[in-house]
Amino acid sequence: MVAMSAWGRLNNFEHEVIALSDRHQVARQLKNKLTGIAHGMGRSYGDVCLNPNGILWQTTALDRYISFNENTGSLVCEAGLLLRDIQRLFIPRGWMLPVTPGTQLITVGGAIANDVHGKNHHGSGSFGDHIKWLKLIRTDGTIIECGPDLLPDWFSATVGGFGLTGVITEVEIQLRRVSGPWLSTETVPYANLNEFFQLADASEADWEHTVSWIDCVAKGGRGLFMRANPTDRAEHHEPKTQKLTMPFVPPLSLVNPLSLRPFNTAYFNLKKWQAGKNIAHYEAFFYPLDNLLEWNRMYGPKGFYQYQSVVPREIGCDAVQAMLKEIAHSGEGSFLAVLKTFGNRQPLGMMSFPQPGVTLALDFPNKGKRTLKLFERLDAIVREAQGRIYLAKDTRMPRDLFEAGYPRLAEFLHYRDPGISSALSRRLIGY
Amino acid sequence: MQDNKRIVIIGASSAIAEHCARLWVENTNVDLTLVGRNAEKTERVAADLRVRSPLSIIRVLEANFIAPLAISQLVDEICAKGIIHTVLIAHGSLPDQAACQQDLTACHEALLVNGISPVLFAEAFAGHMQIANQGTLAIFGSVAGDRGRKSNYVYGAAKGMVTRYAQGLQHRLANTGVKVVLIKPGPTDTPMTAHLKQQGGLAKVEDVAKLIVKAIHQGKPVVYAPAKWAVIMMVIRHLPAIIFNKLEI
Repeated sequence: MVAMSAWGRLNNFEHEVIALSDRHQVARQLKNKLTGIAHGMGRSYGDVCLNPNGILWQTTALDRYISFNENTGSLVCEAGLLLRDIQRLFIPRGWMLPVTPGTQLITVGGAIANDVHGKNHHGSGSFGDHIKWLKLIRTDGTIIECGPDLLPDWFSATVGGFGLTGVITEVEIQLRRVSGPWLSTETVPYANLNEFFQLADASEADWEHTVSWIDCVAKGGRGLFMRANPTDRAEHHEPKTQKLTMPFVPPLSLVNPLSLRPFNTAYFNLKKWQAGKNIAHYEAFFYPLDNLLEWNRMYGPKGFYQYQSVVPREIGCDAVQAMLKEIAHSGEGSFLAVLKTFGNRQPLGMMSFPQPGVTLALDFPNKGKRTLKLFERLDAIVREAQGRIYLAKDTRMPRDLFEAGYPRLAEFLHYRDPGISSALSRRLIGY
Repeated sequence: MQDNKRIVIIGASSAIAEHCARLWVENTNVDLTLVGRNAEKTERVAADLRVRSPLSIIRVLEANFIAPLAISQLVDEICAKGIIHTVLIAHGSLPDQAACQQDLTACHEALLVNGISPVLFAEAFAGHMQIANQGTLAIFGSVAGDRGRKSNYVYGAAKGMVTRYAQGLQHRLANTGVKVVLIKPGPTDTPMTAHLKQQGGLAKVEDVAKLIVKAIHQGKPVVYAPAKWAVIMMVIRHLPAIIFNKLEI
């Protein structure tokens, strides 16, 4: 047994770890008396990738390419491959992943199971929208190949199905053409949420990537709106990536009310002063935290939560305003706070998170009951707004909020593999 | 493509060898011959490398790893195709020590696969390389070959044989253009050591491969990967029996 925790480091659980490395042996390896769940890089924050006292099928050694068509950009690979490795191999060859989240240190299988989204959701949808085919292996040895046109119901259950429909071993992804690694970016400060929504709407048509940092300490909802488009201007040199590692777990969270307000004020004003147009390397723009390895340690020994919700657009401004007010009032939170609008498109997966509206994501150092009380107040706002919480980040939402937020749950359960279970499935579904 | 570096890997589907191959194709186009016991498995490695490096030439050969005549024929064929820059002899299989003690067939198999077979391959290549008077022949020993321990001495004996063999070959080829590199990996996180995972402390296969590729490039006579094992094994080799025999290792 090995003690494993998820990215939030809230707790450690014993697991039996079984490494999958030969895609033709997976069906045999999945047969077991205990239940298991596929586990890649363990970058999901909560308990979606954990299975205390059960099995974790470690997928990171399923990291082979299978084929690539240079003319069409269609890539077939094993599901344990990292998004980073795909980006680094193919961007110099003029292709890149059409959708990536805020870290590229995750596996393709994890990106599908959580149907991750990126800064270009309004134009490109989520990760699952670019999957043409996948191979799913069930614990009874059945192999299911599915895609948008092949057993689409299985596909829709598996994309965003948080690993519960089987283990994804092989995938075909449609890459997109790019002229290079550079983005032309613009940073625009905003003073309140109305300004944020105006900026977001005005940017949808002309900017491929939009995201914003929001100051969760200031009550008004000030922040920095960042938008970017690919560019072929290549006068810059590839950045030398210097990786730093958070070397130890500090005894107290480095993010606390004493550090948060001065940091946020300084950050906002510095960036406001530097605002305007720039050229950025895709790694710096898309994955700013990937060069600080093990940054999750900075929240101290008790770990941290991330609370990410999406609420419909009509009520979005009021709901976000109400949540920010609660957070500012509590004095909790972190400088890692993101506000972003989703495009007006229906999610592909039965259990996918993105839906038309606005999403707010914030980290919170774990302060026990105090933090959980704050989440209950945020839950009430999300519930009233008919929004939902992102399963990849969650470790504590109440069942009624889950059921209300994911109305296709009953349909999804038909596709569940009985030999698969996670801490999240037991908490929210009961088994 | 005549100018591409020619590399041959024996046991190409082993995880460490596969990662070495990935590093070799990363920056330059190579002419790579992958030899494996199982063509399907080796073909999977080849397909991956072809995507990584579309301009490299990747060939796959299935081979018998035990029969001396088959080994000699295979190596003759490979060498007939031209000068070889690098040969990596990487195959092996970590046996169950308890099974080897109870069953001489298992013991025999372990000694063959991990000791005799790599030596026969090396010996077959050495002659051709000596005539060409160039190239680097790298062969996998193991930290387990440095001193016999009750937990895995059958494997250790096979790898100790490879160590002694490499020493002799280095002596024989000392005044030629051929370099012989003996690689001693420590416990590495690969499918071969999956059952040891629970104990922790396994090195990352990417890091081990990096050290090996670098050592081969430099033509180092012996490389421990990761490097800390050089120190650990020096201590273990020199422990007096009175202490050593008390250790549960």
